[in-house]
Amino acid sequence: MAALEASRISPRSRREPKGRAPRQDKYSVLLPTYNERENLPLIVWLLVKSFSESGFNYEIIIIDDGSPDGTRDVAEQLEKIYGSDRILLRPREKKLGLGTAYIHGMKHATGNYIIIMDADLSHHPKFIPEFIRKQKEGNFDIVSGTRYKGNGGVYGWDLKRKIISRVANFITQILLRPGASDLTGSFRLYRKEVLQKLIGKCISKGYVFQMEMIVRARQLNYTIGEVPISFVDRVYGESKLGGNEIVSFLKGLLTLFATT
Amino acid sequence: MTKLAQWLWGLALLGSTWAALTMGALGLELPSSCREVLWPLPAYLLVSAGCYALGTVGYRVATFQDCEDAARELQSQIQEARADLTRRGLRF
Repeated sequence: MAALEASRISPRSRREPKGRAPRQDKYSVLLPTYNERENLPLIVWLLVKSFSESGFNYEIIIIDDGSPDGTRDVAEQLEKIYGSDRILLRPREKKLGLGTAYIHGMKHATGNYIIIMDADLSHHPKFIPEFIRKQKEGNFDIVSGTRYKGNGGVYGWDLKRKIISRVANFITQILLRPGASDLTGSFRLYRKEVLQKLIGKCISKGYVFQMEMIVRARQLNYTIGEVPISFVDRVYGESKLGGNEIVSFLKGLLTLFATT
Repeated sequence: MTKLAQWLWGLALLGSTWAALTMGALGLELPSSCREVLWPLPAYLLVSAGCYALGTVGYRVATFQDCEDAARELQSQIQEARADLTRRGLRF
């Protein structure tokens, strides 16, 4: 576990909000969805199970971008089942960016910590209590799930995909020296004010947006802890990693290299 | 300073030191054995860096964990979830 700690502890991270006892910590999970009618009930069920078993206080904010497949209908059913204090529906009219989805979700979040994750079951909620424990352990501003360290890993990737992933990560580490092993991952825990500040500073999209968040966090001397996670990719078979995505990733990486 | 600027500075520093030493610009007369090593050093470092990169990436690809257990666990939890949610009245 010690090997996974971030290397810097700064004075900033010791500035816990006064008067907030640990049992008053509340975790808001932001779930941006688009066409996740099948997966949404399952991810919510797993989240509820994970939080109930670990006893942490939580809410789940579902930000649906006008999915045509009836995701919103399923979300409304879930709200009835689990209660509107646990399931908050904050939909939008059409597909806008991920950054704006987070901003929108945070406006309605009553937690002091925000968890971002994918709604397609590639990220398993069972890791969230580990994120929380890790955060408390090192008083981190951010805890990032990593597929590349410890017993983190991936299911469902062929050799080609693994090679691309490792090469991309290697180049990123050399160029950006970010202090985190998995930059394109999107399974993270943030202090709410940290996420708000970072989103305000980030301008990229897609994979690069997640990378930029970590890079900006490093610039602002926020502390980052890591937890190994398993990433179960059930989508890769349908959507191969195309040349376009690789090109835009490299462009984004070089932009970050040249500007931060 | 941006990362790019750091790299450029570092390369400029090393490059100019190497150039100065190999061309004797500082008036230093190094023994020829030193110069023999110094002259091909950049090429040697480049090749070493390439080998290191290949080796590291190769190792990391080979040791990339395949989470079979996680996938199996997810599958069974999906069944459990569907059953429980149907009981609670969810219409899939």
